[in-house]
Amino acid sequence: MSDASLSALAAQLVAKQVSSRELAQQYLDRITALNPSLNAFITVDADKTLTEAAAADALIAAGKAGPLTGVPIAHKDIFCTDGWLTTCGSKMLHNFIAPYDAHVIQRFKAAGMPSLGKTNMDEFAMGSSNETSYFGAVKNPWNTAYVPGGSSGGAAACVAARMAPAATGTDTGGSIRQPAALCGITGLKPTYGLVSRFGMIAFASSLDQAGPMAPSAEDCALLLNVMTGFDPNDSTSLEREKEDYTRDLGKPLTGLRVGLPREFFAEGLNNEVAASVEAAVAELKKLGATTVEISLANSKLAIPVYYVLAPAEASSNLSRFDGVRYGYRAPDYANLDDMYCKTRAQGFGAEVKRRIMIGAYVLSHGYYDAYYLQAQKIRRLIANDFTEAFKTCDVILGPTAPGTAFKLGEKSEDPVEMYLNDLYTIPANLAGLPGMSLPCGFDRQGLPIGLQLVGNYFSEAKMLNVAHQYQRATDWHARAPEGLK
Amino acid sequence: MKWETVIGLEVHTQLATQSKIFSGSSTAFGASPNTQASAVDIALPGVLPVLNKGAVECAIKFALAIGATLNRINVFDRKNYFYPDLPKGYQISQLAKPIVEGGVLTFLVPSTGSGQPEERVINLTRAHMEEDAGKSLHEDFQGVTGIDLNRAGTPLLEIVSEPEMRSSAEAVAYARALHTLVTWIGICDGNMQEGSFRVDANVSVRPVGQAEFGTRREIKNLNSFRFLQQAIDYEVRWQIETLEDGGRIEQATVLFDPDTGETRMMRSKEDAHDYRYFPDPDLLPVKLDEDWIESVRAALPELPAAMQLRFQNDFGVSAYDAGLLTGSRALAEYFEAAARACGQGKLVANWVMGELSATLNKAELDIMQSPVSSRQLGALVARIQDGTLSGKLAKQVFEGLWEGAGEVDAIIEARGLKQMSDSGELEKIIDDVLAANQKSVEEFRSGKEKAFNALIGQVMKASKGKANPAQVNDLLKAKLQ
Repeated sequence: MSDASLSALAAQLVAKQVSSRELAQQYLDRITALNPSLNAFITVDADKTLTEAAAADALIAAGKAGPLTGVPIAHKDIFCTDGWLTTCGSKMLHNFIAPYDAHVIQRFKAAGMPSLGKTNMDEFAMGSSNETSYFGAVKNPWNTAYVPGGSSGGAAACVAARMAPAATGTDTGGSIRQPAALCGITGLKPTYGLVSRFGMIAFASSLDQAGPMAPSAEDCALLLNVMTGFDPNDSTSLEREKEDYTRDLGKPLTGLRVGLPREFFAEGLNNEVAASVEAAVAELKKLGATTVEISLANSKLAIPVYYVLAPAEASSNLSRFDGVRYGYRAPDYANLDDMYCKTRAQGFGAEVKRRIMIGAYVLSHGYYDAYYLQAQKIRRLIANDFTEAFKTCDVILGPTAPGTAFKLGEKSEDPVEMYLNDLYTIPANLAGLPGMSLPCGFDRQGLPIGLQLVGNYFSEAKMLNVAHQYQRATDWHARAPEGLK
Repeated sequence: MKWETVIGLEVHTQLATQSKIFSGSSTAFGASPNTQASAVDIALPGVLPVLNKGAVECAIKFALAIGATLNRINVFDRKNYFYPDLPKGYQISQLAKPIVEGGVLTFLVPSTGSGQPEERVINLTRAHMEEDAGKSLHEDFQGVTGIDLNRAGTPLLEIVSEPEMRSSAEAVAYARALHTLVTWIGICDGNMQEGSFRVDANVSVRPVGQAEFGTRREIKNLNSFRFLQQAIDYEVRWQIETLEDGGRIEQATVLFDPDTGETRMMRSKEDAHDYRYFPDPDLLPVKLDEDWIESVRAALPELPAAMQLRFQNDFGVSAYDAGLLTGSRALAEYFEAAARACGQGKLVANWVMGELSATLNKAELDIMQSPVSSRQLGALVARIQDGTLSGKLAKQVFEGLWEGAGEVDAIIEARGLKQMSDSGELEKIIDDVLAANQKSVEEFRSGKEKAFNALIGQVMKASKGKANPAQVNDLLKAKLQ
């Protein structure tokens, strides 16, 4: 049951083989059993979940069920959720109960999908291992000595451990795709602007994008149908016609041109990951695809560019956490400046403070042109590389991360080593392109390996079908960690 | 040494939109603290700004009214600093690409002596949209500061002039003209007590003949024309004295204290913030299409400068009077309606700027609250013109109108204020007066001109003011020949 796809669960609900309440209770039981060891959830509120499930049951009984009504979902704790603690993984918001729903939450509520709780994450989505969370690290369900990736680590871990059939995530530099890869699930970051950012606590506004995380591409397509759509509350939300992201599922891959960026198969890539990705390429060829070598020459600058732009925006976005109106305030202070300093010194963790300082530096007088403006120029060059590449291919394929999951604590003392984990995922954020990660194998230690697809703007449906066809031919995505307790 | 004053003004005008610049909250003044502060205004986690097009439209109107360049693509930036009444920790403003650049404001500067007022043309540097901050309330609380975020997010247009003004009088005249213009085109209610029109003055002095500017100090947040004048005058004196005493002016921001009439240092250049401006990634660049601009242009009212010329041509009023009559759109419209009602523009102008303005001032009313309507004033002036009323009688009728005693003719009738037109009746009064005042008659005949005036006075008194003074003059002269 817990391995069933979202469409299968929805079918069972409509057929009254199970009620939404029963289904939610089963997942809540599993969360109760596994969360102490995995720490995937920050907040679970069974009463709220079951109330929402009962409402979904009423919709089903009234014949008003949508495609996913009654199927529960877990939400990353970055989405403001009315009446729920919404912490963003930070001490700064350890006591913040959101008084409104993020647009994404509204849409899942409107679709009749009960919330299973709020998942753990790197503090303010800054991290690639989930170790920066104020609420403690999340453990990788495949091996609890390892990190699940980040920042949507709780989301990836809870789906991998079947504590939830699906979860929402957000991706600023790889925060959906990298943990999806490290936990062996499927996750998609849509084209920038497709999913409203309203109510999603901002890290780097020009890069942040919410997306679905689930075992399969088909599941992600169904979730994307719920999440996307124009929102007048987000000025960067795109006004376009509603799409059905499942529409291409089932189309053959004959003639598909898969672009392989040589820069993504170069130095720094773990051999086992390379081998699995190459095997996946061979599989796609069997399904009718052809390959073409492409170059994303400027992508080597993606990490430095990202670590100028994202902290710059973050330093400003996080200014509102000042202890004045909500959230954490230092207990003792001498005056206003002291209150600011102590509140922010105590309320933010080390990684967040590091990025605020980098951001403030690159925006400061005399450095702005050399860092921020220069980074914006290179950002455009990186996007241009993709535009060129998509003249010769339909989808770009490569590894999601340079390696598999690493041990807890292994990289937490070395920020640069940690940042390199997002080497392959950041370029899509900088360009605003859709990208996804899907499982394509395991390393010798039994840790999942992720394959990344990057599509052209608005090509989610096509990309999802590539993943779907691959998943029909393979079973990596269907495997779940065993022996969890 | 002779010194020259250099002044540039930055004026924050609150735009007259119903809702805030980036949220749907009301901008109405005076609500209880924090009742007009939405999730966006208090900067809850996750909220995003959405631009109010009404604010952009106000900026377009302003640009068209001053002949400025409208930047077809303009950009919102974040100005980062921490203050409790700034909920996001940054103010959304426009730095590198403001919506408005250039433009001119033309106005008259009243002469200090008896000379003619002088026309000045001041160039504007730019005008940009931004959001206002909230208010810190220090008075009402013991040991803590209250924060009211009702004003946070109120749309402002910051209008920056070139440093082209050379005296406090010029600066005040510029500020007045700007105030007239923004209220005229309806983008600002102009209420200075409520902070809808706030002026920052950049002031420096330099020896006459020196090309470079002196070091400037910025006087912040002046909310009346009188304070603007006082603050600049004090600041100029202080700067000159400092320099003449061998001191140096440090660039600084100062506050004006109306109680002492002095400016005092708020922060020096060294304390200046690094605002770390960068384009706001939550907002797209603002694009102005030509259709939008043209529709705003079509809806613009006739502007003060055009109306001044028309008043001179149509009604024969002087340039100076035309300037006064267009002091506000309501006043100009009042004048024009009254002038059209009687066809006597110059006479109406005298009444509007004289009796009417004085009475309104005394009653602390503005033109829109005038108990005497433009139609009534027109009717009154028509009765002066046709000889029914003398100026003196007209004032009595005006009082009746002010008290709401009815229409002009009814008041004349009811109060018996008609000017004496029957010369037979008047001649009899004059004869009686002459008979009773033989002494004055003799004095006049012996060359004392003053005696003539005394006789006129007696006649007017005897006629209870209803005699036509010109007619009295003529008849008296004839009888004393």
